[in-house]
Amino acid sequence: MRIGLFATCLGDTLFPDAVKATAIVLSRLGHELVFPPEQTCCGQMHVNTGYQREPVPLVRNFAEQFGDSAIDAVVMPSGSCAGSVRHQHEIIAERYGDRALRSGVARVKAKTYELSELLVDVLGTVDVGAYFPHRVTYHPTCHSLRMLHVGEKPLQLLRAVEGIDLVELPEADACCGFGGTFAVKNADTSTAMLQDKITHVTATGAAVCTAGDSSCLMHIGGGLSRIKSGTRTLHLAQILAATRTTPYDALTEAAR
Amino acid sequence: MSSTFLGMPAAPPRAPYGEGNLRGDKKFPKAAHTELRNEQLRENLHRATHTIRAKRLAMTGELPDWEQLRAAGSAIKTDTMNRLPELLEQLEEKVTAAGGTVHWARDAVEANAIVTRLVEATGSSEVIKVKSMATQEIGLNEHLEERGIQAHETDLAELIVQLAHDKPSHILVPAIHRNRDEIRQIFLKGIPGVDPGLDSVPAHLAAAARAYLREKFMTTKVAVSGANFGIAETGTLSVVESEGNGRMCLTLPDTLITVMGIEKVLPRYSDLEVFFQLLPRSSTGERMNPYTSLWTGVTPGDGPQDFHLVLLDNGRTAALADSVGREALNCIRCSACLNVCPVYERAGGHAYGSTYPGPIGAVLTPQLAGMHEAKNDPNSSLPYASTLCGACFDACPVKIDIPSLLVELRHQHTEQSGTTAEKLAMKAAGAVMSRPKLYTNAQKAAGLGRVIAGRDRKISHLPPPFDGWSESRDTPAPPKQTFRSWLASAEGAATLRKAAAEGTGAPSHPSTGENPEEQR
Repeated sequence: MRIGLFATCLGDTLFPDAVKATAIVLSRLGHELVFPPEQTCCGQMHVNTGYQREPVPLVRNFAEQFGDSAIDAVVMPSGSCAGSVRHQHEIIAERYGDRALRSGVARVKAKTYELSELLVDVLGTVDVGAYFPHRVTYHPTCHSLRMLHVGEKPLQLLRAVEGIDLVELPEADACCGFGGTFAVKNADTSTAMLQDKITHVTATGAAVCTAGDSSCLMHIGGGLSRIKSGTRTLHLAQILAATRTTPYDALTEAAR
Repeated sequence: MSSTFLGMPAAPPRAPYGEGNLRGDKKFPKAAHTELRNEQLRENLHRATHTIRAKRLAMTGELPDWEQLRAAGSAIKTDTMNRLPELLEQLEEKVTAAGGTVHWARDAVEANAIVTRLVEATGSSEVIKVKSMATQEIGLNEHLEERGIQAHETDLAELIVQLAHDKPSHILVPAIHRNRDEIRQIFLKGIPGVDPGLDSVPAHLAAAARAYLREKFMTTKVAVSGANFGIAETGTLSVVESEGNGRMCLTLPDTLITVMGIEKVLPRYSDLEVFFQLLPRSSTGERMNPYTSLWTGVTPGDGPQDFHLVLLDNGRTAALADSVGREALNCIRCSACLNVCPVYERAGGHAYGSTYPGPIGAVLTPQLAGMHEAKNDPNSSLPYASTLCGACFDACPVKIDIPSLLVELRHQHTEQSGTTAEKLAMKAAGAVMSRPKLYTNAQKAAGLGRVIAGRDRKISHLPPPFDGWSESRDTPAPPKQTFRSWLASAEGAATLRKAAAEGTGAPSHPSTGENPEEQR
């Protein structure tokens, strides 16, 4: 399949390892990757902060970059960015766009997937040949869980990983408190939520807390780092990219 | 066509915003800052919200048609809002025909004046009250007190709040922020003639309240209630409750005055079938609430012989005018969204500054009372008091898409806020991100963040407005290489070739998408 890869602005700039891992998994599965070089940002931060005029060019750019009918599916290692493309772009197009934008948005929306959706639903793959001999706990991010309804898909993928010790996260479905600019505007409440999430994560004794969204992981990881916890965060794609021949450690060394 | 220049068409007259207990004195982050330090509150909220969450999930999960019920509830409410005027007129006609009197109140001031006049006409200086959000909203008790009329709350938790001269912090469990020892103190101070040896055993506390209230039920001639539902088809009003205090208030006094928000009307009697299932299961996690009272006007020789229905607007028509925001009027005040909200769980109800706290309050309050009534209106902070986690939408029995409403209200706020530093930053970010060349340059500039990171490649202090973030979170230093530069590098190409070779698929290298033929 010809798959368009959207790196997301956060992934491209701050968390490239998660995007590299996404590219590696899809390449390993034999798919052809397309990386439209003019891609930038989906505009989620603008919309969620209350700005709907400013992201119009971003919504248009996304539709143009990935609208090509030669691209069969668009994937991004982020539940919230996929949620923005699928649920917010049409609101922006409807209100501040033109007819061309509205149809462009509708076209691209129909083939946009978060990573676990693409793997399980579209490619029909649960076992991606990964090997990860570590204790892992999974945090279902709010937008993947309640906006995209990915359900068990990430867990199906994780359970198929060879050597993994997957442990359940208590109160897993509770928000970590990030919420984009919420963590800045309402830092105190956000911190109270983060503390509870970190307590649950560390209680699992997991070496790795994983999720399908680098933004939530930046939040949880930032909190874990501050208390000098032994648990670190890794994107779901990074676990799926690790194999017996290229285990996780080698992967990070290569990335440095 | 007339050639007369008529000028710009005038904006249609807009319904006024409501008044009353719909605005705090602090913005949410500041109010939450104080509330978060109340350990007792945090503990009570955690215990109460988690208990009720589990009960609600069990009760909604056992119904095979729960999702259909939610869809039906949503459809009935949407239909109601679409033809609210005709339904209200029908309700008025039916209530009047059944011997009741209907009063229309544009706002809190009018509603308070009507109720006061009606109570004064009976000659009573006391009223007993059924727990009611509408009368909280308009501040009826305070108004009656100014006019020398004493209102006695008869719901146990409302009584606790009233005796403590406190404000409710939850729609359903208004004294959620109090523990039993505090309640004992409140009763010792507030209930005349209470046994000074009263301990804090819940059953003893309830018995003390019961003895006090029983005397009020038997002697007070006027009751004031709210209404959960008003049926246009029959003129029937309904109150659902748990303690039986409502049944006492609705049946014993000579005069009953019901204050009902205009959005509480339902078209048909049979619609109750849907809502009597949705409400208790979502609200208290019960299959059915213990007491369901229904009454239609006046029944000679049985119950109150003088019945008045006060229909309250107080900003509801203003909310109805908003094609997106009006969905908030579908709310049946079950409080399921409060109980699942991670923000409410930490900050508590008082932080919202309104009669309506939690996720629904964050969308309802700004619509009823406005969010730009003055500079730095505290209500303008309410739509931002959410991570948009979506738990409220999943829990709502009438499927109100609260996250989308929050996003909409945030947009309305930025549209009306003029030029702010945030808006300029958003415009700049939008401008950079819509020009790929500028964007890649900005990515390189972000890489400079590496210089402020410590040796462990972590940034532990950030300047305002990000200082709140960095107080409890480290931020990783930006990596040396962005994804796109890695992808364009020999190393990136080699890594992906290796991955393709490792798998079963044919070797592949990402194309730029500009010339797909080249890749074929």
